Amino acid sequence: MDVLGMDTLDIARWQFGITTVYHFLMVPLTIGLGILVAVMHTMWVRTDKPEWLRMTRFWGRIYLINFVLGVATGLVQEFQFGLAWSEYSRFVGDVFGSLLALEALLAFFLESTFLGLWIFGWGRIPKKLHLAALWAAVIGSVVSAYFIIAANSWMQHPVGVEVDDATGRPVQVDFLAVLTNNTALAAFSHAIVAALMVAGALLVGIGLWHLRKRRLAGRSPEDVDHAVWRRSVRLGGWVSLAAFALTALTGDWQGKLMYEQQPLKMSSAEALCQTEAPASFSIFAWGKLGDNECDDVHSITVPYILSYLAHGDFSTAVPGVNELQEEYAAVYGETYPDDPSFGDKAGEPIDYAPVLAVTYWSFRLMIGMGAVSAGVAAYALWSTRRGRVPTSRIGVYGSLLAVGAPFVANAAGWIFTEMGRQPFVVHPNPDVAVEDQVWFFTAQAVSPGISAAEVWTSLISLGLVYGALAVVELWLITRFVRAGVTTGDGHPAPEPPDDDAARNDRDDDVLQFAH
Amino acid sequence: MDLQILWFAAVAVLWTGFLLLEGFDFGVAALLPVLGRRTADRHLMLRSIGPLWDGNEVWLITAVGAVFAAFPGWYATWLPTLYLPFVLVLFGLIIRAVAFEWRHSHHTEAWDATWTRVITAGSLIAALGIGAALGATTLGLPIDADGTRVGGAFSGLSWSALLGATAVLGFSLIHGALFLALKVDGDVRLRARAFALRWSPVAALPLLAWAGITHLRYGTPVTGVLWLVAALAVVVAWARIRLDREGSAFAAWAVLLVASAATIFGAAYPVVVPSTIDVAFDVTVADASVSDYTLTVMTWAAGVGLPVVLGYQAWTYWVFRKRLTAEPVHEQVTGAHA
Repeated sequence: MDVLGMDTLDIARWQFGITTVYHFLMVPLTIGLGILVAVMHTMWVRTDKPEWLRMTRFWGRIYLINFVLGVATGLVQEFQFGLAWSEYSRFVGDVFGSLLALEALLAFFLESTFLGLWIFGWGRIPKKLHLAALWAAVIGSVVSAYFIIAANSWMQHPVGVEVDDATGRPVQVDFLAVLTNNTALAAFSHAIVAALMVAGALLVGIGLWHLRKRRLAGRSPEDVDHAVWRRSVRLGGWVSLAAFALTALTGDWQGKLMYEQQPLKMSSAEALCQTEAPASFSIFAWGKLGDNECDDVHSITVPYILSYLAHGDFSTAVPGVNELQEEYAAVYGETYPDDPSFGDKAGEPIDYAPVLAVTYWSFRLMIGMGAVSAGVAAYALWSTRRGRVPTSRIGVYGSLLAVGAPFVANAAGWIFTEMGRQPFVVHPNPDVAVEDQVWFFTAQAVSPGISAAEVWTSLISLGLVYGALAVVELWLITRFVRAGVTTGDGHPAPEPPDDDAARNDRDDDVLQFAH
Repeated sequence: MDLQILWFAAVAVLWTGFLLLEGFDFGVAALLPVLGRRTADRHLMLRSIGPLWDGNEVWLITAVGAVFAAFPGWYATWLPTLYLPFVLVLFGLIIRAVAFEWRHSHHTEAWDATWTRVITAGSLIAALGIGAALGATTLGLPIDADGTRVGGAFSGLSWSALLGATAVLGFSLIHGALFLALKVDGDVRLRARAFALRWSPVAALPLLAWAGITHLRYGTPVTGVLWLVAALAVVVAWARIRLDREGSAFAAWAVLLVASAATIFGAAYPVVVPSTIDVAFDVTVADASVSDYTLTVMTWAAGVGLPVVLGYQAWTYWVFRKRLTAEPVHEQVTGAHA
């Protein structure tokens, strides 16, 4: 059944894309802010300064509101490979499932158990143990990122497997190779620093807004709350800048691997139609990008740069989309096999170029939004130098608005890397001989037994729920941020009780804080 | 071959562990409108599961992950066949998770009451849905030779799904009540005990029926003995509740689940998804399994990882072992913001 001209495959792809990008709004904030809150908590335990405690509590609360939505939307991920992508799950089962299971066993338990201990442990367990609980949870998040990125990277660059002659499916022969896939190491480091950019931008935007508001209201720059916002801006600003530099370095590493492993993705990022030597980097493109008619694309370019990004020198040729298309077709076939498992696509010609408008612009959006974020961080550090407080409306509200920039950059990066892999869901690994390669087309990955109506139903209902959750989450966070360090409960944050007697009496106060 | 048996057992243990842990928080959440007459009672009940539910839920993720990791053929047959029912389960789990957290983020009575109801509704949906899915995968799904569903979106939901759904709900309700009797003090404790005493014999019936049918259909003498253990556990649990022995009642009720799950999975082996169309289409452990190499890798990882996980999870239960009471302080604080 076709609705709006989309078959089950198209709708299932939209569903995966929407639910995963949505989930990945929470994930980088969980990872980045988790690390920073753990740093704040550590600083409090070490220095005993009240501003660090208040920072831990304020940012910790935002971390938790966000964390739970990440957990809730992450549940969908564990199921949806089987629900809508059963043929994919069968094909990759020997490698992919074990990474998901290990993520749950080695990371999710750590994260959820110790986070529960941190939330409810204020004043109940020794101070240092309590701090260690938060670090354990944060490490859990980072480990989970590693496993899931290793799983994704295996789809980009399948290593450690051989082809089973009977089934045509990959059989794992080297688990260590899967875990140390260079694609995974590069993507993981890129994702972690990108997560820190998200957290840094949040600290900067909200901190500046509060500093300005307090200044305009004539509040004292000597009290603890002032120190809270100032330290938040400084910490966030430096983290953002450092993380931006590291995203550039790790991104460059990824680019060079991509040139080796998925050359067509690299050329599509640039909408580079003809092979060039030396190749130029495109700044802006127009023409029939959306129709995937590569020869009608025109762009403004900077010479030599693409050769450098792809290969590390200023002269090497970078193959164009047109040439690569022919190469792919020669190896992987002009048309999809005429087999029912390919559904409507059976026997149809294969377009090996991803949707150029998506790859080209998402790549630019990622870099551009990252740069915006770094610019805002530099502004924040400059405008708060030596105890200053910025009062510029444009500067402060601009920084607040720019909290969204690294979120967009993160989403755009994933859209680029996933859309750039099409039409493959598992891209062949060019390091091995063609007869030993494994690959799988997205067209054959969808569950055969489910109807378009079922996927529509789930897409619409999940979409509605996710939309409603986004509204509530934004409302809660905004409300909480406006209230400032006074916990958002309307009363100042209670200090954690010290002795046993107080501990019992104040159980509920602690719980009030915890929530 | 041996590793396939080991991983089938591991999957069974993970599902049992999930039901044993999440079962009581499902139960407490479902009993909120029944046992929590005053707002303070409901807050007390929610506090009893507050630090624990999220860790419990990871058992579900791990159980599903283990099915995918060890038996992708099971995962890829079971989930799409019950596509919409599983989406409904996810819906329940999502709203329940955010409700636990967001309930505290704003202080008005209506806000609190709404999210409390959402916790109950989400938990009911999830418990029923997961029970239905487990009932269907042990007693049969309409699948063809390729493991593809025959029939429409709801053809996977038959009497076996209904049986599984009521079994998990019935078990969870009493499990939750006994957990409350152990964990809290005051009126709620007394009401929870009375509820368990009155309803436990009825609530155990669907689970015993599910285990019994699986045994009669595929069982061995061993699973027959296990079924008798499960039935005996109900009698013991009921007798212990009567004597107000909450600890041993809770333990006996847990034995009901463990023995029933052992009966069900033990009898079903080596079939993981029986076909209601033709026995020849049954998906077995051997059909569904990954390679021996991958099973070996996972065995090592789980062998090292699982004891550590069990250790620290048990430790957090110990940290939060104190019996909770509804304190007047709590009401004042809440009242001030109502």
